[in-house]
Amino acid sequence: MSPRLVPVESDSTGRRDRPLRITVDGEPADGVEGQTVAGVLLVSGRLAWREGPSGAGRGVFCGIGVCFDCLVTVNGDRDVRACRRRAVDGDVVHTQSRARTGLCPGTPGTQAASRAEAQAGPQTGEGE
Amino acid sequence: MTPRHVGVVGAGPAGLAAAHAALAAGARVTLIDAAEQPGGQYHRMLPEAYAAERPGRLQHGWQEFERRRRQVLTHRRCSWLPETSVWALERHEGNPEPAAPGGPADPTGRPPRVHLLCGGPADGSGRGRRTLDVDALVLATGAHDRVLPFPGWQLPGVFTAGAAQALAKGERVAVGERAVVAGSGPFLLPVAASLLEAGSTVLEVLEANTAGTVARGWGSRPWELAAQLGKTPELADCTAAMARHRVPYRLGCTVVEARGEGRVEEVVTARLRPDWSVVGGSERTVPVDALCISHGFSPQLELPVAAGCALHGDRGRPGLGSGTGTGTGEFVLVDDEQRTSVPGVFAAGEVTGIAGEPAARAEGAVAGWSAAGGDRSARALRVLRRSRDQGRAFARRLARAHPIGAGWPGWLRADTVVCRCEETDFGALCAAFGSEAEASPRVAKLGTRAGLGPCQARICGPTVLELRDRLGARPDAGPIPGRRDGPGGGNRARGEDRAGDGPREQSAEGLPAATPHRRPIAQPLRLGELAASPEPWGTAPSGTAPDATPGTPEIATPDITVPDATTPGTAERTDPTDPSEESTS
Ligand SMILES: Cc1cc2nc3c(=O)[nH]c(=O)nc-3n(C[C@H](O)[C@H](O)[C@H](O)COP(=O)(O)OP(=O)(O)OC[C@H]3O[C@@H](n4cnc5c(N)ncnc54)[C@H](O)[C@@H]3O)c2cc1C
Ligand code: FES
Repeated sequence: MSPRLVPVESDSTGRRDRPLRITVDGEPADGVEGQTVAGVLLVSGRLAWREGPSGAGRGVFCGIGVCFDCLVTVNGDRDVRACRRRAVDGDVVHTQSRARTGLCPGTPGTQAASRAEAQAGPQTGEGE
Repeated sequence: MTPRHVGVVGAGPAGLAAAHAALAAGARVTLIDAAEQPGGQYHRMLPEAYAAERPGRLQHGWQEFERRRRQVLTHRRCSWLPETSVWALERHEGNPEPAAPGGPADPTGRPPRVHLLCGGPADGSGRGRRTLDVDALVLATGAHDRVLPFPGWQLPGVFTAGAAQALAKGERVAVGERAVVAGSGPFLLPVAASLLEAGSTVLEVLEANTAGTVARGWGSRPWELAAQLGKTPELADCTAAMARHRVPYRLGCTVVEARGEGRVEEVVTARLRPDWSVVGGSERTVPVDALCISHGFSPQLELPVAAGCALHGDRGRPGLGSGTGTGTGEFVLVDDEQRTSVPGVFAAGEVTGIAGEPAARAEGAVAGWSAAGGDRSARALRVLRRSRDQGRAFARRLARAHPIGAGWPGWLRADTVVCRCEETDFGALCAAFGSEAEASPRVAKLGTRAGLGPCQARICGPTVLELRDRLGARPDAGPIPGRRDGPGGGNRARGEDRAGDGPREQSAEGLPAATPHRRPIAQPLRLGELAASPEPWGTAPSGTAPDATPGTPEIATPDITVPDATTPGTAERTDPTDPSEESTS
């Protein structure tokens, strides 16, 4: 019961699929060329990939680059909006988290936690 | 005489029509969009990689769009800049004042300088910074879904209706097998139709406004108005699809809660009164794997605000009684020729009001023609204006028929997330807004962090403003009907015993009143990109190419860098020196 691609055989647009594979935190994820990174994540069975401040999962919300819920690291670039970025075969995607560790929500200290997302995510070291 | 140079930001229905009309009036046009292809939200195209045989199958008005797209992109006076974001507008030198909405004009009388971030995949590193100076600027940046908060709306599997539509139309992804579509407005219908077309089961479509509100709002003969706008076949197709699949369309109903472990598994629907307060005991639980929700649209106003364009709408939708300000009502103020309050800056499409594609197209054409200095007495212009006025009439009725009811905060609980980015909940906002000292939006932001997260209040901004107005700071803003278990339950009483108007965001020292749309950096850019010095674009003499698509921005060469055709993601980009390439699909 996850998002899925309309089966190519029954697609009224007569599209032709060229498969592509990206990795997400090291795991393979399959989609087709032309899809956004968010689309590939969705059809490969992932509904949530980013963590909000409480650690709760987030995926696509607005779908058009406005809400920033879908942010991922792509080939080393942090904070890429997955819903706006075309996936390219071989893309190395890492998930991101804003979970506040050891900080009380609502205190000024949480600003540091937000900055932490901007600077050092849980995973770095891929890409350049 | 060198032709006027018109810059158009946004290549949706409005921007594309503006470019088309400006070219027809003899101007040179630079058309800019962050997306790879024109079309905007309405004509969202399938990716070229899908090699679709029938790309128009999912579209209404495809042939006309396709013709216009070709004419514009292949025109020798048009430079098309895809995958190019406008991240700032800057008033010209010699004017230290920041732009204020409706404030004094740039003394040079020229439209602001356009700052571009171009080339390369979205949010990638190392895109090129360019500046563009034009004789006239058309802003057609569109809108995005407005979603009011309710318990559980942050769960994965809750999508905006626009997201469901964009995924279905733009890449053939169905967001779920069993979906509920809810919110308000005619947009719910094409979204349901797209989900059905993609093979999903749509359990029900819920319009929050009651039959009475909708009927009164549209007034007499709404179909005539729709027909004038060419909207009838589209709406008929949608309702036919819903009838075929026996999808119930329920008025005066909505989703008041989404529940699930780590994702949406069920939604709670309820009947609503005309003011959107919940009819007690009407709640039902519906198992779903996707919820698609839209309570209306918010215009993307950061560029108009950066340019200093005056806004109108007073935060509440026109046609509503006082005390029901919904925060969606701010739009760019334009005159009969789509001029904004800023000389040389025009606006068209959903930034000036929510009226759908035909109206956006008509407005765009008027704006493009005017921006190009086209003949004001041209017959064609009269025709365009007439359809633009019909579009505006449609917008007024749309707003009346699908207002946001004042009772929606009754859905909130103390732990309901209001700001998605920071997970600021309703209880925290009540605490912040309960005291006068904290009642300015800036203090609310710093006190609660609401609106300070990555989306920069794009999603929660209007909602937080409205709650602030109604939770104490503005007694005239009206109480919240039907609130049952709200924290700080005395929210209305607190405002009432206060003298005067409460602290609004006053125009201190001539500064403009705060607006939730003020974002000096309109689109994200990376520090490295910010540090690189921009190259001017469009300074070449007319007749020659203004510039080429930049590929490697770190190399600050004064002129053209050619896109690396072997780089994935840039290969299909059109070099603006040869717009004809684009139409070879
Ligand atoms: C996700 C979504 C899907 C929709 N789908 C439908 C539908 O299927 N049917 C329907 O009737 N209505 C739909 N709508 C309503 C739609 O907004 C209008 O019908 C119509 O598209 C409005 O036209 P426009 O030209 O004003 O704006 P848009 O079509 O929104 O076009 C605005 C364009 O400006 C570009 N842009 C914005 N800011 C910048 C920037 N800073 N730099 C560069 N480019 C920028 C965007 O990329 C976009 O292409 C949808 C709305 C949304 C939000
Ligand atoms: S889903 Fe909102 S920015 Fe990507």
